[in-house]
Amino acid sequence: MPRILAIDTSTQVCSAALLINDEVQERYEVKPQQHTRLILPMIDGLLAEANISLQQLDAIAFGCGPGSFTGLRIVAGVVQGIAFAADLPVIPISTLWALAQGAYRIRNWQKVITTLDARMGELYWASFQLDNANKMYAIEAEQLCSLTKVPLPSDNDWYGVGDGWLNFAEVLKQQLADKVIEVEPNLYPHAQDVAVLAAVAYQQGKAVAAEQALPVYLRDNMYKPNAK
Amino acid sequence: MRILGIETSCDDSAVAIYDSTCGLLAHKIYSQTDIHRLYGGVVPELAARDHLQKLLPLLIQLFKDLNISKKSIEGIAYTAGPGLMGALLVGAAVGRSLGWALGVPTLGVHHLEGHLLAPMLEPNPPQFPFVALLVSGGHTLLVEVQGLGRYTLLGESLDDAAGEAFDKTAKLLGLGYPGGPALAQLAEKGQAGRYVFPRPMTDRPGLDFSFSGLKTAALNTWLNAEQTEQAKADIAHAFQTAVIDTLVIKCRRALQQTRAQRLVIAGGVSANRLLREQLAVLAQKLNIQVFFPRVEFCTDNAAMIAYAGCQRLLAGQRDDLTIKAQARWSLTESN
Repeated sequence: MPRILAIDTSTQVCSAALLINDEVQERYEVKPQQHTRLILPMIDGLLAEANISLQQLDAIAFGCGPGSFTGLRIVAGVVQGIAFAADLPVIPISTLWALAQGAYRIRNWQKVITTLDARMGELYWASFQLDNANKMYAIEAEQLCSLTKVPLPSDNDWYGVGDGWLNFAEVLKQQLADKVIEVEPNLYPHAQDVAVLAAVAYQQGKAVAAEQALPVYLRDNMYKPNAK
Repeated sequence: MRILGIETSCDDSAVAIYDSTCGLLAHKIYSQTDIHRLYGGVVPELAARDHLQKLLPLLIQLFKDLNISKKSIEGIAYTAGPGLMGALLVGAAVGRSLGWALGVPTLGVHHLEGHLLAPMLEPNPPQFPFVALLVSGGHTLLVEVQGLGRYTLLGESLDDAAGEAFDKTAKLLGLGYPGGPALAQLAEKGQAGRYVFPRPMTDRPGLDFSFSGLKTAALNTWLNAEQTEQAKADIAHAFQTAVIDTLVIKCRRALQQTRAQRLVIAGGVSANRLLREQLAVLAQKLNIQVFFPRVEFCTDNAAMIAYAGCQRLLAGQRDDLTIKAQARWSLTESN
């Protein structure tokens, strides 16, 4: 198993995790706007506790989005700095994917619709299902969608996670009717789930160079150039 | 002490390495102007996104060009403010984490302190104390500099920065973005005295500036003028003369008030030819020395950040593990 440091600051949660020999240690705090204070002490503490140096790691993983633009830039900047300094490869992992893996870990749910509030009447949206190796894989690819036009699954028995279900419970219930059994709106991406998914991706050769540690915003082209 | 400097406070990604023994080893700038030109101004979200894409490749290239190891870096200075929050965060996150991972101290530096100390990068630097006029697209201020971290704000713009007034007026006259230099060029073809604009806030004591009224004056004059190229050049001439006169009048007052013997000009507008000429004349009249750092050190750059950070790191200052970025940060708070 690869040794992986994973971090996520894509939502109001700041978390860091260290995966070594199938065992994961995690720091996790719900503190909006404190990520710039929290993230480096978290990483520093994890490595010190495990008595391991950056040079002994195989890769650094991060929740690359979608999520808060500011949070994504903090995490990408931190990952770029560390990966460049320590010559480590980087593994970007979708925050929605990590969220789905967390739903399996915590609630044992195997068919999950993840959604985060993207503001401006839109949602970040994706759905996942569990494979034989107990890892989530995407059914509906991650996308930005209108609050009132979410992609409807073709079958039933889904579970919902993410703060989209918190902020827009009614409008989602109207559209999905009885396709969703239960929702857990207060679940956020965890670095330990990023780490577990990254370990698989690492073995599949999906690591990239430090400068490729970039956010996936999903919302692009929101500015229109001047007419002339 | 060998310091890596990082600057991402607005629309330039910049990196530099300054060594307290050997001086500046190299610096690099990537300008985002082409991106923001399409929008007629800096779009903060796009600036932040582009910094994240360009900063690390620029840094990698810097080490490659110099053929030195990143392990030879003994400290990191990054611009922590003031500036665009999203843009600042990129340089701060990369700089602070890079320092942590390399096991070297870092320091979040005040962008304007960088500008004030930029002349120290030149072969014949000014001695302390001096008066500095900082004129750029983002700032216009007069500062008395007694030493490192000993700054007294003498005056500042209450509205538009001088460079901002140049750019906005250029835009109103249809000279593109960023149009300040084009406006200055057009002014050369203008006829003196054809129009006369006020010298704002020179009719009362004090060292503050106000430039936003001048762009309105320029626009109104243009709308009421015959729409010829000559009229446009005449207005550009009147506008530039008013701004530069105002700056010179305030510099004279600042020098008399502080009895300083040295005047330092920093910021992008210091590339303006008329400003340089007029200040040279003033210096001669007052029998003082005037210092113009070369233009590449006047506009936003990381060499000045590396230099300022190096002085403070040498003095023992260090960041904690916080990634420091603040959009608003007064210069005197960094004393």
